[in-house]
Amino acid sequence: MAKVGVYVCHCGTNIAGVIDVEAVRDYASGLPDVVIARKDLFMCSDSGQEMIKKDIKDGLVDRVVVAACTPRTHEPIFRAACEKAGLNKYLFEMANIRDQNSWVHGHDHAGATAKALKIVASAVGKARNLEPLEEKFVPVTDAALVIGGGIGGISAALELARMGHKTYLVEKEPSIGGVMAQLDKTFPTNDCSACILTPKMVEVYNHPNIVALTYSEVDDVSGYIGNFNVKVRRKQAYVDWVKCTGCGDCASKCPAKVPDRFNAGLSERRAAYIMFPQAVPKKAVIDIDNCLNCAGREIGTEPKVNAKTGKPILAPCEKACPAQAIDRSIAHDPQGEIVEIQVGSIVVATGFQVMEKDWFKEMAPASPNVITALQLERIISATGPSEGKLTRPSDHEKPHVISFLSCMGSRDEHFHSYCSRVCCMYMIKQARLLKEKYPDLVINMHFIDVRSAGKGYDEYYTGARAMGINIFKGKVGGLEMLPGDKLRVLAYDMEGATPIEYESDLVVLATAIELPGDAVSLAQKLGLQFCGSNFFRELHPKLGPVETAVEGLFLAGCCQGPKDIPDTVSQAKGAAAAAAVPLSQGQVKIEPIISEVHPEQCSGCGICAPLCPYHAISLDDYGGHPRAKIEMSACKGCGVCASACPSAAIVLHGYEDTQIFAQIEALTA
Amino acid sequence: MSAPSELPNIVGFACQWCTYAGADLAGNLRAKYPPSIKLIKVPCSGRVEPEYILEALANGADGVLVGGCHFGDCHYKEGNYKTANRMMILKKLIEDSGFDSRRFRLEWISGAEGYKFAEVVKEFTEELQAIGPNPLKKGGN
Repeated sequence: MAKVGVYVCHCGTNIAGVIDVEAVRDYASGLPDVVIARKDLFMCSDSGQEMIKKDIKDGLVDRVVVAACTPRTHEPIFRAACEKAGLNKYLFEMANIRDQNSWVHGHDHAGATAKALKIVASAVGKARNLEPLEEKFVPVTDAALVIGGGIGGISAALELARMGHKTYLVEKEPSIGGVMAQLDKTFPTNDCSACILTPKMVEVYNHPNIVALTYSEVDDVSGYIGNFNVKVRRKQAYVDWVKCTGCGDCASKCPAKVPDRFNAGLSERRAAYIMFPQAVPKKAVIDIDNCLNCAGREIGTEPKVNAKTGKPILAPCEKACPAQAIDRSIAHDPQGEIVEIQVGSIVVATGFQVMEKDWFKEMAPASPNVITALQLERIISATGPSEGKLTRPSDHEKPHVISFLSCMGSRDEHFHSYCSRVCCMYMIKQARLLKEKYPDLVINMHFIDVRSAGKGYDEYYTGARAMGINIFKGKVGGLEMLPGDKLRVLAYDMEGATPIEYESDLVVLATAIELPGDAVSLAQKLGLQFCGSNFFRELHPKLGPVETAVEGLFLAGCCQGPKDIPDTVSQAKGAAAAAAVPLSQGQVKIEPIISEVHPEQCSGCGICAPLCPYHAISLDDYGGHPRAKIEMSACKGCGVCASACPSAAIVLHGYEDTQIFAQIEALTA
Repeated sequence: MSAPSELPNIVGFACQWCTYAGADLAGNLRAKYPPSIKLIKVPCSGRVEPEYILEALANGADGVLVGGCHFGDCHYKEGNYKTANRMMILKKLIEDSGFDSRRFRLEWISGAEGYKFAEVVKEFTEELQAIGPNPLKKGGN
């Protein structure tokens, strides 16, 4: 029989000012199995805890109920006290008579006291039925996976590698670098993006603890914190990367032309291509969907033979390659190669995409001189299509008037209600760079308002005003295409309270940041959830900004919400630190408040298996019959299965039927 | 001020992540509500078995509240969807058992909705007072 000790807390006057603590203590002492009932001014104080410990050590009690504030803050404290005194800490139960009683029923002392009696009786009812539980530990695979090779993924991977953990970095493009590699300069210091990024790319690629898998995608993830099994699909490059030297001769001979995504569609690349000049790894890829199969050289076929010379007729890319890295006779698998890796934790840093201009019908998307800010970034970049010279796409002439339109798709109920956070600053950066280079350029910027919260940001913005850049408060209503490839801007100046109309040569749209479309399937593979803004959801918006509801899975960068480079790097380093915790510990604790199947009671109906949000339940053979089995490390203890089991074969430890029925009984007595 | 005997007795099942936290927040906010409800903490509203609710009503509880996270907010991804499905059927079962189905409420109250928790309890209490006590009530509160 259980020996329950009840300890009622005054919490100074927080509880005792409303509830008759002595009446509660007296009532508790008469409840079944209660052997002792005490009270103290502050149960959580040293003397209060000592009182409990002494009773345990003296063998008076083997179940502890504390009637006090709330288990959400104080359960760990009292559990630790029980454990120190030698009692299994799961033989503790708390009665919430402060947060859910004295604090809300100050107007009704008698009612509050009557409620406290019930709550204590309920806790005692549960405590009598508690069972000791044991924490279990499972070993951890000391390796991490970082998904996404932009600045977020690079920073996280480097941090993990420097801590000594083997790290896999998976990037879907042929090169790491992400969107930052497409940028010209970065605010508010105007550092050249390539100058600060490329050394990091090289470092991450050559780090002895890092395995960079580029041109690869995560195909499947199973397992749980400490032991994830990940299948990575290495896409087929049709070029032997061991031999490829990155000379680019194949690209120069390839006749097939495709819009170049790296240049935001402003130029063309070849089907055989190297992603960009500073690519890491600098390896060629044949984009087979756009390959023309020159000379009838389909992949996996033998070449025709020249009747005159007797030599095989090769495709231009094959012929051009000095390293013989391209051999089209090899029958490549278009599905690529699956690489299986085991990791203990995962950092997701899959980044973002910007909205295309076609979404904004009133902004004359048909005009080639209406471009997105990312396209302008490529135009002003030295590695871009015009080698850094400002030209407008329609005629490659230098524009005289250029307009910047903010909040295209951001802070707009038709698209995204959130602020994309970086647009104000990058537009100011672009305007400043252009004004420095072309002082005669007329630059008109249209903002709802300028958001420049960040170290050195507002100074950067006010500096732009001082440079003679025109800044208008008010959204642009629309653009009209005019002859001569010009555009009429129809705007409003809220400060002057006047409509504005003028002709512009080039219009730049700051389109919203959003999650790329393929993020949805990745989320399903990983068990990630989305927030209201359709980014990946963190565990807690303030106190768990890198964690997720899936243990062992962490977030970094714009996939969690729009942010600039410094914030992305900070979050990536935070995510790396959090991801390193299970790896450094070498083992992960399995909470004992999880579900367990009693196979002898199980009928093998299988109702529970599809209900489990963590796919922790499978049907396993037990004495020649299929019986449900719960993978202890994957179970999170929600109890959905236990509630659904028609045979009552599943027990959720800590929330067992007998315990809950005892509570119901006590509350309705 | 209500005398305790006039107050309905409400048994509440609250998920520890949202509604239980919301009830604690009501305390932090000192949001007043009648001392009619007593919560049983569960990890997820999906842990609440229909039998618990029927048992509470059969034992004489005047009302039963099940509180979970809003859709999309479930700590266990989708436990609250299971709850919603389960409770829809339960409502019918409650009526079939001869109880006024208004004695049972399912509410989504987040950890940030302290005032909502207080408001829900206040409203539910008033409704139960209007319906009158559970005929199976054993006395006491």
